[in-house]
Amino acid sequence: MSPRHLRVNPILCDAYGHCAELAPELVELDEWGYPILREGSVPKEHLAAARRAVAACPRLALLLERRRDG
Amino acid sequence: MTAAPAFERLDLGAEPVERLLPRLLGTSWNDQLARYGSLPSLRGQADALRSLLSRSGLTGRGGAGFPTGAKLEAVARRGGAVVVANGVEGEPASAKDKMLLARNPHLVLDGVLVAMEAVGAKEGFVTLAADDERSFVRLESALAERRRETPSILLARLPTGFVSGEESALVSWLNGSEAKPTFKPPRPFERGMNGRPTLVQNVETLANLALLARYGAEWFREVGTPDEPGSVLATVRGAVRRPAVVEVELGTPLDAVIDLCGGLSGPAQAVLVGGYFGTWIRARDLDVPLSQAGLAHVGGSLGARTIVVLPEGACGLAETTRIIRYLAGESAGQCGPCFFGLPALADAFERLARGGVEMQPALARIGQLERQLARRGACSHPDGTLRLAASALAVFADEVERHRVGACSGSAR
Repeated sequence: MSPRHLRVNPILCDAYGHCAELAPELVELDEWGYPILREGSVPKEHLAAARRAVAACPRLALLLERRRDG
Repeated sequence: MTAAPAFERLDLGAEPVERLLPRLLGTSWNDQLARYGSLPSLRGQADALRSLLSRSGLTGRGGAGFPTGAKLEAVARRGGAVVVANGVEGEPASAKDKMLLARNPHLVLDGVLVAMEAVGAKEGFVTLAADDERSFVRLESALAERRRETPSILLARLPTGFVSGEESALVSWLNGSEAKPTFKPPRPFERGMNGRPTLVQNVETLANLALLARYGAEWFREVGTPDEPGSVLATVRGAVRRPAVVEVELGTPLDAVIDLCGGLSGPAQAVLVGGYFGTWIRARDLDVPLSQAGLAHVGGSLGARTIVVLPEGACGLAETTRIIRYLAGESAGQCGPCFFGLPALADAFERLARGGVEMQPALARIGQLERQLARRGACSHPDGTLRLAASALAVFADEVERHRVGACSGSAR
């Protein structure tokens, strides 16, 4: 399977912070509560957490996607 | 053997170019036809026009500098395109687009026609800021003079603001939403107005298209450097004798550009190039060429060619603080890091400008904010502001030291 990347739509994001709760290895929060995503592709062992974080976002602001550039 | 210079240096005196902004040019269509001749027939020339643009080496004149030929290819390939001329010019340091629209409206309209033909578009829009009354009046009468040639070109006036001219904000407005940047992808060239591929091109770029269609790529390359051909409009203000919009060859040394504006009005300390998202360069570097390669040599970039001269006896930190505060206020307010982070950055710079015991915590806070803000916006508003902040700390390092002991160049007059 091709590598997946997390991406946040910063316009939609309202700093609920569920993503950092559900995927602490992939997401930390800045001082205002907005997510800072870990660089690079999501390691296999964290894919399930990434999916949970995406599904839990009340704003649908978190995306798990394939990159065209890999 | 010495290393080759990192940029081409033109041996130029202070000679203005008169391609886009000729002196003594009237604004009527007859004036324009007398000066430039009529536009050649474009019908069926789409492929030839795009190939001409690629050969010309023209790059976008709005600030990003993307190769124009490649951009048109990407839009043309998708089909069903729309052309949008960007004359919004939200950047307060720049006045060149307003000057071009007001003084040479027909050349911009010609450029829209050329671009429409080159990408197979049936509709074209010219956008400008709502408070730019002069350009609006001139464009309206220019369109009225040649309604037969330009039936499919409409004017759109956007709310005045720093981010309104960002291309996705502009397309968002044309689609009936607010003039605020959108999340990308898709970019406008992929999915823009009404979901169609949209070529958003700065009005100065389009004016160059109008000249290229008439005179060809070889003519275009007669001025400028081999790598960066053509002429550009530059806005020069601050501590110069005659603040002005001038047209110069790419590669003209900065000090020669300033000479065209009557020279410095007094000893200069630094120059802000590339607008409010730009970089400060030291006055001792004023002999660098106005080109991407030349400015990169001193850590800057060409941007939309704004040159703001800061005189000796002014405080670069105070000036930078003022600009960051302005940019914080111009945030579209959509992305949390930009909305909260830029005011915090302005606060930190204010403490820095106060100096003394505030200095160390202010510097620490700026570092903390840089780490939190980098690449966190839907548009380049936070990153552009960070660039200005970083360049201020580097170029005004001596000023930072003065402030640490409670002194300031600004209060030393």
